[in-house]
Amino acid sequence: MSRMTEFGSSDKTYMEKIFQLNWQIVLIIFLIAGVGFSMLYSAASGDLSPWASRQMLRFGIGVILMLIISIIDIRFWLKMSYALYGISFILLATVDVLGSVAMGAQRWLDLTLFQLQPSEIMKIVMVMALARYFHGLEVGDAGRVRYLVITLILILAPVALVLRQPDLGTAGVLGLIGAVMLWLAGIRVWQCLIFSFSSIAAIPIGWQFLHEYQKQRILTFLNPDLDPLWSGYNIIQSKIAMGSGGLFGKGFMEGTQSHLNFLPEKQTDFIFTMLAEEFGFIGGTTLIGLYALLISYCIFISFSCRSQFARLLSMGLVVNFFLYLFINMAMVMGLLPVVGVPLPLISHGGTAMLTVLIGFGLVMSSGIHKGVYINRRGASLIM
Amino acid sequence: MLNRGEDQYRVFSRRAAILVGGKAALLSALIGRMYYLQVIEADRYQLMAEENRINLRLLTPSRGQIFDRFGVPLAINQQNYQVLIKSENNPDIEKTLTHLGRLIPLSANDRKRILKDVSRKRKFVPVLVREYLEWEDVARIEVNAPDLPGITIESGSLRFYPQGEAAFHALGYVGAVSPKHKTGDRLLELPGFKVGLSGVEQTFDLALRGKAGSSQLEVNALGRVIRELDRKEGKTGQNIVLTIDTSLQKQAMKALEGKTGSIVVLDVHTGATMVQASSPSFDPNNFTNGISENEWKELSEDERAPLRNKAIAGEYAPGSTFKMIVALAALEAGIINKNTSFFCSGSLTLGDGKFHCWKKHGHGLTNLKKGIAQSCDVYFYELSRRVGIDRIAIMAKRFGLGQNLDLDIPGSRPGLIPNKAWKKAAIGKSWVRGETLLAAIGQGFVLTTPMQLATMVARLANGGKAITPFVARDIISRNKIISRTDLPASDMGLNPNHLRMVLKSMEAVINNQWGTAYRARIMVPGMGMGGKTGTSQVRRITQAERDSGIIKNEQLPWKRRDHALFVGFAPIVSPRYAISVVIEHGGGGSKIAAPIARDIMVDTLNRDPAGQAPGADVAEWQTVPKEA
Repeated sequence: MSRMTEFGSSDKTYMEKIFQLNWQIVLIIFLIAGVGFSMLYSAASGDLSPWASRQMLRFGIGVILMLIISIIDIRFWLKMSYALYGISFILLATVDVLGSVAMGAQRWLDLTLFQLQPSEIMKIVMVMALARYFHGLEVGDAGRVRYLVITLILILAPVALVLRQPDLGTAGVLGLIGAVMLWLAGIRVWQCLIFSFSSIAAIPIGWQFLHEYQKQRILTFLNPDLDPLWSGYNIIQSKIAMGSGGLFGKGFMEGTQSHLNFLPEKQTDFIFTMLAEEFGFIGGTTLIGLYALLISYCIFISFSCRSQFARLLSMGLVVNFFLYLFINMAMVMGLLPVVGVPLPLISHGGTAMLTVLIGFGLVMSSGIHKGVYINRRGASLIM
Repeated sequence: MLNRGEDQYRVFSRRAAILVGGKAALLSALIGRMYYLQVIEADRYQLMAEENRINLRLLTPSRGQIFDRFGVPLAINQQNYQVLIKSENNPDIEKTLTHLGRLIPLSANDRKRILKDVSRKRKFVPVLVREYLEWEDVARIEVNAPDLPGITIESGSLRFYPQGEAAFHALGYVGAVSPKHKTGDRLLELPGFKVGLSGVEQTFDLALRGKAGSSQLEVNALGRVIRELDRKEGKTGQNIVLTIDTSLQKQAMKALEGKTGSIVVLDVHTGATMVQASSPSFDPNNFTNGISENEWKELSEDERAPLRNKAIAGEYAPGSTFKMIVALAALEAGIINKNTSFFCSGSLTLGDGKFHCWKKHGHGLTNLKKGIAQSCDVYFYELSRRVGIDRIAIMAKRFGLGQNLDLDIPGSRPGLIPNKAWKKAAIGKSWVRGETLLAAIGQGFVLTTPMQLATMVARLANGGKAITPFVARDIISRNKIISRTDLPASDMGLNPNHLRMVLKSMEAVINNQWGTAYRARIMVPGMGMGGKTGTSQVRRITQAERDSGIIKNEQLPWKRRDHALFVGFAPIVSPRYAISVVIEHGGGGSKIAAPIARDIMVDTLNRDPAGQAPGADVAEWQTVPKEA
C-alpha cells in the first residue's frame, strides 16, 4: 500500500516494467503467430512469398508496438482515451469520403504495409473510452439514464458509421463490445433485457436497409445449399475441407482442398479451415486451446487490476479478441454467416494483426500497472 | 473510497465470471462442431473431397471404319484441325487475331464472336477460332507460332466418306445425337459426338462407336487441370466390311447419272449385294460440317428425293417384271403347261371392262415362252383369271415381294402384294375380277422395291433358294461385329421344271429376236443374260386416248411418264448375278432400263466380284458347285 500513494507508481523504471511483462502472453502470441506463418507458407504452396514474409514483417512491427504500449503507464492511456476515440471517430468518418474501395466496401485507408481500417481501431478505442467513462462513475450510476445516454452515443455513433460503409460484421462486433462493457460496468439486468429485446426487434427494420449481398449472405448461411455454386460455395467447400481433414489431418502442405483452390480466401478468412484440413481435429483444437490459454492469462490480469479502468479495459479487449476468433471459426465451420472477420494473429492482413497486438499491449500495460490506484478523475494522477 | 472500489470490483468480478463462462461455453461449441465435422462426419467429407479433386473426363474413341469387299475405304476418320486461342499470357488478343487473319481467313463476325467468348471465359479456357482447317493452314500457323501467343492447334476426328455420293445410301451418314438416341451411354453426352443416322452407319452404330476411354484429371476449383492422374485409352470402334464393290457401284451411279432410279446387283447364291445404287444421290461429307436448314429443306422436298434410298424404299408398280410370278403360280396350280396357248387379239373383255395388250393388234396364239419373251398382256390376263389373285399373291410373297426383307440397313419399305382379304381390310371393298388382271401385269395395287425385284430374280436364278439380300459381310451381335454365318438358304419347294421353263423364257426375252430386250443382249460368248422388261404406267390411259393414239412418253411431263424396269440374271448357264434396274418415269423398260442393265451386268461379269473376292463372301457359296 505504501507505493500506492496519490501520486504513486511512476517510480518503476522501464527496465523493471519489461521484467514484469507477462511473458507467458508474449510466448503464446509468438506461438500462435508462428502457426500463422506456417499456414501462410503452406497456402502459398511452400513459399514465403507472397504472404508469410509480409506477415512476419507486420508481426515484427506489431510486436514492437505492443511492447512499447505495454510499458507505457496505464494512466497515460486513461488520459488519452477520449482523444484517441475522437481521432478514430474522425478517421472513421473520413473513410466514408476518402476510403479506397476494397471488396466492394469502403473501409480501408491505404498506408502501404498496413491498410488501416478505422473500424478495427475503433474497436479498441471504444473500449478505452467506455472504460474511461465508467471508471469515473459510481457503482449503479452506469444504469442511470443521464449516463446511459452518453454511453449509448459513444457506442452507437461509430456503429452507425460502420453500418454505412457497409460492414455488417464489424458493426455487430462493435455493438456487442459496447453491450459487454455496459454489462461489466453494472447496468441493471432488466436494462440488459430491454436492450436485448430492442436489438432483436430492430432486426426486421434493419433488414430493409441491408445491401443485396448482405441479405444473400445471411440467407445463404441459413441454407447453404440454396446456391451451392456461388454464395453457399465457400461454406460448403470449407466444411468439405475441414471434414476431410479428419482426426489427424492430411499433413502439412498436403491439404488437397486448399491447395487445389477449392477453398476460397485460404490465406485470410478461411485459414482456419486450411489448418483444420492439414492438422485435423487435433491441430484445430490445439490452436483453440492456445487461444483459450491466451485469453485466460488476460482474464487473470483483468481480475488482478486495482483500477476499474484497467479491469474494464483489459476485459473489454479480451472480449474483442475472443469475438474475432469465435466469429471467424464459427463462420468457417458453418455456424455463422460469412461476415469477413479474420482469424486473429493468423490470417494474412495488416489491420487485424496491428489492432490485436495493440490490444494485447494495452492488456499487458494493465498487467504491469495492476497495482496502480487511480481516483475517479484519473487525469490528475498522471505523472 | 475503498468501499466504492470494492463494490465496483464485486459487481465486475461477478459479471466478468459469467462472461468468462459464456466464452468457455462458446469455445466448447466450436470444439463440438469440429468434432462433428472432423470425426463423426469425416468419412462423408473425405468422399466429397475426393470427388472435388478428381475430375473424370471421357475420351472419345475413334469410330470404326467401313470398307468395301475389296478393302476400298468407304468411311474413314480424318483429322479435323482446330485453332484455339486463350487469353492467358496474351496481352493483346486483337493483335494476335489480326496477325492470324493474315494466315487464315477470319471474318469480322468471327473476330467479334472470338473476342466476346474470350472476355466471357476464364483466362486459361481456350476459345475456338476456326475448325476444319487444311493442313497447309495448320503448317502456316505452326511456322508463325512465336508471333501468335495463346494460339494452339488441336486435332479432332472427322468422319470422311472418300467415295462421296457414290455409296451414300447404303453407307448412311453420321450426325449429332438427338434425344431419341439417349440410351444412357455416356459417350452420347460428349460434346460433338456423332452417331450413325442411316444405312450401315446406323445399323452398326453401337459396334462402330467403340468404348469410351477415360482420363482422371486433378483439377482445381477454377477448373484448371493440374495434372492427369490416370488414363484409360478407349477402344476404337470395330471395322466393317461391306459386300459392295465400289467399282461397280460407281459404274451404276454413272449409268444413273441425270436419271432418277435405282440399280441393285445381287449374288444369287448368297444375297450379297454388289451394287445398291440410288439416284440422285448426295455427298454425305456435306453433313459432317452441317448443312443449313434451307439446304435440308431443299433436299427433303426435292421431288427426285436424293435422300431416299430408292433401292429399298422406292415402291413401284413392277409392271411386266411381275409376270414370272403369275406364270409360276399358274404352273404350280397345274392350269398351264409348257404348251398351253391363249389367243391374243390385242385386248380381253371381262364384264364391262376391256383390258388391252401393249401390242394394239395382238400377239396371236401365245404360249408361256412367247408370253414372257414378248410380254403379252392378254396371255397373263388369261392365266390370272384362272389362277386367281390369292394364289398369285402367295407366290409373290414366296419370292420376297410385298414384305420387308429383313435387310441389314434401315429404312426399307414393304411394297404391296394385294389379295382379297387385304382389300377387304384396307379399303373395305370386295375384290373385283378386273383387279386380278391388272395385278397380273404388275399394275393396280401391286408395289415392289428394286431390292425385292432383284431378290425375286435371284431366287428364280438360284434354283428356288430363299436367299435374303445383305450389304454388310458382318452382323452385329451383342454390340459386337461378327462374321455372318448364315445357314444355306432354304429351298422354296418349287418344281425345278417350272423354274427352268420360266428361266428359258427370260432368256428368250433378250436372246430371241422377237424378245422385248433383244437389242440389249450381251454379244460376248458365255455372258448371256436372261431377264424381263417392265414398263409400269403411272397414269390411266383413257379409251379416247387409245383411239387417237397413245401419247408418247417423251411428250408427257416427267412426273406422268412410265417407269422403266428391267430384271435379269447372268450368266444363263449357272447364273451368278441378279440385277434390277428401275428408272423412274424413264419410259419403256426395253428401251431405257434394259441397256443399262446390260452394261452393268457386263461390268459385273468381267469383274466377277463374287468369284474372286478374297473370302469376302459367305462361306456357304463354297458348297455350291461351280459349272463351266
